[in-house]
Amino acid sequence: MDMTSGEIWLTIALVGIGTYLVRFSFIGIIGDREMPEWVLRHLRYTPVAVLPGLVAPLVLWPAATQGQPDPARLAAACAAFVVGYFSKNFIWSAAAGIGTLFLMLWVLG
Amino acid sequence: MTTTSSKSQFLHGLRTGLPFILVAGPFSLLFGVVATEAGLNLLEVMGFTSIVIAGAAQFAALQQMSDNAPVIVILATALAVNLRMAMYSAALAPHIGKAPLWQRALASFFLFDQNYAVGVLEFEKRPDMTPQEKISFYFGITCAIVPAWITGTYIGAVVGTAIPPEYALDFALPITFLSMIGPALRTPAHIAAAFVSVLAALIFAFLPYNMGLMVAAILAMMTGAQVETWLIARGKWS
Repeated sequence: MDMTSGEIWLTIALVGIGTYLVRFSFIGIIGDREMPEWVLRHLRYTPVAVLPGLVAPLVLWPAATQGQPDPARLAAACAAFVVGYFSKNFIWSAAAGIGTLFLMLWVLG
Repeated sequence: MTTTSSKSQFLHGLRTGLPFILVAGPFSLLFGVVATEAGLNLLEVMGFTSIVIAGAAQFAALQQMSDNAPVIVILATALAVNLRMAMYSAALAPHIGKAPLWQRALASFFLFDQNYAVGVLEFEKRPDMTPQEKISFYFGITCAIVPAWITGTYIGAVVGTAIPPEYALDFALPITFLSMIGPALRTPAHIAAAFVSVLAALIFAFLPYNMGLMVAAILAMMTGAQVETWLIARGKWS
């Protein structure tokens, strides 16, 4: 990361303020009013719309291997995803991913 | 007047929130580790985690920071992940909207997935609760989780500085994202949204400043909403 400490704090402050405004929106400002159904229908998907797109290039083109697909990291990603999907459990999924990564790095030397 | 019952509701919330430490603890620990690996110092990591207090968005912002994306793109990514909180805010407003402003301001600061989900569930189950009891319960859950979140980050940040680079911690961040995605794929609409997000992010990866992700997020959100509409029309949405 090339950011200066000032830029890092500016980013933290802006993300903090922005997030606070989203949280305060209805509780503090708009009050007890129904959100239109079509808005709710889009908001329901915000995490699954952002996170998979964020992670895909990181899995396929890891920076640590200069953007070359890497078998150990691909296997770890698959393990984390499959275990997470079927167990619906964050901790099992993360443990499976990290365990597979270390195992594969050790096996492949 | 309701001091006693408010206090008991707070304690009830505290007890209800305690099991979530098992998730928030490791999750925040991981944030401490990856944020340190990404190059933030201890003070920045702790500032980040206590000012933003939002798991997934923190990780998302961190990733964009590591990619040296412009501040506006970092902000847009984090807020896109956190937009769901507007839905939480709207769901809580009928229950705690009558509380004093300072309490609502404080409740908003600490609003995240768990206290929203547990709170709304409890309020709907027990409609006889007064607004004061409701917000006390809400603060109880919050107070069970937030200290674990802050402590976990701190431990993670301290441990992170001690872990040598050959442990491939560069990949802890992607694994964390994947571990959040799997459990979130609850319906075909969620799966479709995630699929479009991946596909579009790869197709638009050529756009500068990681803006491809924004395009992907918008397309994916529309996909999720559209699939949900179809499923409802076919009577396959529960």
